[in-house]
Amino acid sequence: MSNTRTVRRAQAGTTEPTWVKWTLLTIALIFIFLFLVLPLAAVFTEALRKGWDAAFEALKEPDAWSAIRLTLITAAIAVPLNLVFGIAAAWSIAKYEFRGKAFLTTLVDLPFSVSPVVAGLIYVLMFGAQGWIGPWLQAHDIKIVFAIPGIVLATIFVTFPFIARELIPLMQAQGTEEEQAAIVLGATGWQTFWHVTLPNIKWGLVYGVILCNARAMGEFGAVSVVSGHIRGQTNTIPLHVEILYNEYQSVAAFAVASLLALLALVTLVIKQVVEWRFERDQKAAAALPPERPMAAAPAAT
Amino acid sequence: MSAVNTVTLPLQAGADGSARRAPRRVLPGFKLTLGYTLFYLSVIVLIPLSALIFKTFTLTWDQFVAAVSSPRVMASYRLTFGASLIAASVNAVFGLLVAWVLVRYSFPGKKIIDALVDLPFALPTAVAGISLTALLASNGWIGSILEPYGIQLAFNPNGVVIALIFIGLPFVVRTVQPVLEDAEKELEEAATCLGATRLQTFWYVIFPTIAPALLTGFAMAFARAIGEYGSVIFIAGNMPMISEITPLIIIGKLEQYDYAGATAVAVVLLIISFALLLVINALQAWQRRRSGGASQ
Repeated sequence: MSNTRTVRRAQAGTTEPTWVKWTLLTIALIFIFLFLVLPLAAVFTEALRKGWDAAFEALKEPDAWSAIRLTLITAAIAVPLNLVFGIAAAWSIAKYEFRGKAFLTTLVDLPFSVSPVVAGLIYVLMFGAQGWIGPWLQAHDIKIVFAIPGIVLATIFVTFPFIARELIPLMQAQGTEEEQAAIVLGATGWQTFWHVTLPNIKWGLVYGVILCNARAMGEFGAVSVVSGHIRGQTNTIPLHVEILYNEYQSVAAFAVASLLALLALVTLVIKQVVEWRFERDQKAAAALPPERPMAAAPAAT
Repeated sequence: MSAVNTVTLPLQAGADGSARRAPRRVLPGFKLTLGYTLFYLSVIVLIPLSALIFKTFTLTWDQFVAAVSSPRVMASYRLTFGASLIAASVNAVFGLLVAWVLVRYSFPGKKIIDALVDLPFALPTAVAGISLTALLASNGWIGSILEPYGIQLAFNPNGVVIALIFIGLPFVVRTVQPVLEDAEKELEEAATCLGATRLQTFWYVIFPTIAPALLTGFAMAFARAIGEYGSVIFIAGNMPMISEITPLIIIGKLEQYDYAGATAVAVVLLIISFALLLVINALQAWQRRRSGGASQ
């Protein structure tokens, strides 16, 4: 490592002249400052424009509390469901070969490229009063759209691929040798999953879950279509922010928005920590050379 | 892998292709996990999406065309695609620059900036929308500086572009960054030894290596921008024919209970999303071939 560094220093040709370097760095930092730092700072400054008390006042509103509660409930349902799906999808796609696998992977990714508004619309068309099973639902007095189940469904849709797409490449890279060894040695499927697969994918899992959670709590477009905007009942935190903002209660809107901005910051911190831990684990695994060829050998023969 | 398979197949004669899969089926749970995956995918994604397609068939062809090509809707396509294209291009340029700076240079606070690049993924779009609006409105930090010069960035198409730049930024950085990290320094050294200037080296050696990733990032930012709603509606001003994006047209039609019209426009957006998804898949396959399966 130190060897290549001296080689590089000797060959000035593979770095830019200092003035180019500084110009590029300055432009990049100004861009980051304008597009990332300022918007983030603006959320908190606007929230505290009239002091801490005014900001806290907005958070104490019963409507704000019910929005927070609904957001937590939604995430508490959507994230575990997508977690179970993510593990199942990754297990079937990464550990086996079957026809149509590439197509299935594309379908799993599909919700990422669908506009959130369209995501909300499809549930209105399914469950709305004029929808497919809307009349039946009405006859049985079940409300899905413009009620909490619709919000949960729309959230599940927009966060659908998050965990699966983290786990699929990770489990593919790890192969099946360790699991096969466990099965051959007499472990059950569940034991193999808990003691062999799960420790290998834990960081990818945490990573997927926090990103999924951030999106689930922050989703706006899809939830806005299916919510019906009933204050204190079907408003999530982002929808509550919108209502306050449109009512020109700027401080209150930004105070509630700061909650979401804090959530984003916490998400970024956890994400960073997970990345460091993952890299450290991988380095530790790479430092154990005798294990690897043994594990890889049966597959090659 | 495939070389191994072609060797093992003739040995297990008569196993008609299942021999290839046999060693993997040692692991239990294939039927359970695949079955659940297909079930969940159908319930959450496929059946609701087919509801959209079937709803479209309640319209005649003429009604469909009328719904998706009225002047107001056409104006919204122009804005959505134009703004998305500009924003994705800006992201391609600055995203490459940011990725370059993060990979090649060291400076204080680099780790924090690296983490901050993901902010648009983590920050809810509605928060981004009101925050950018507060910055760019005539009494905001940036808006108040620009107003004396007659530059208006909020409540017009400019605002749409800016919101879309914010939303799309991480895509380019995060696709280019790993490729740039894996790029072989030896090639650059060779180019320099052979007498290339730094700019020539970048253009003929580095750029071809990162081009697939850059295009993938561009396409992802573009695809995301087309469907984006939350961050845009606060800053756009939402004037019909001028600053009304296509997703907002769908919302507007829904609020007037024009379900069929909303569905028709949604189908147009959905078809474009499908097309872009296929393009992105193809680009990623190209990128994997280029980098020898190293990334993603």
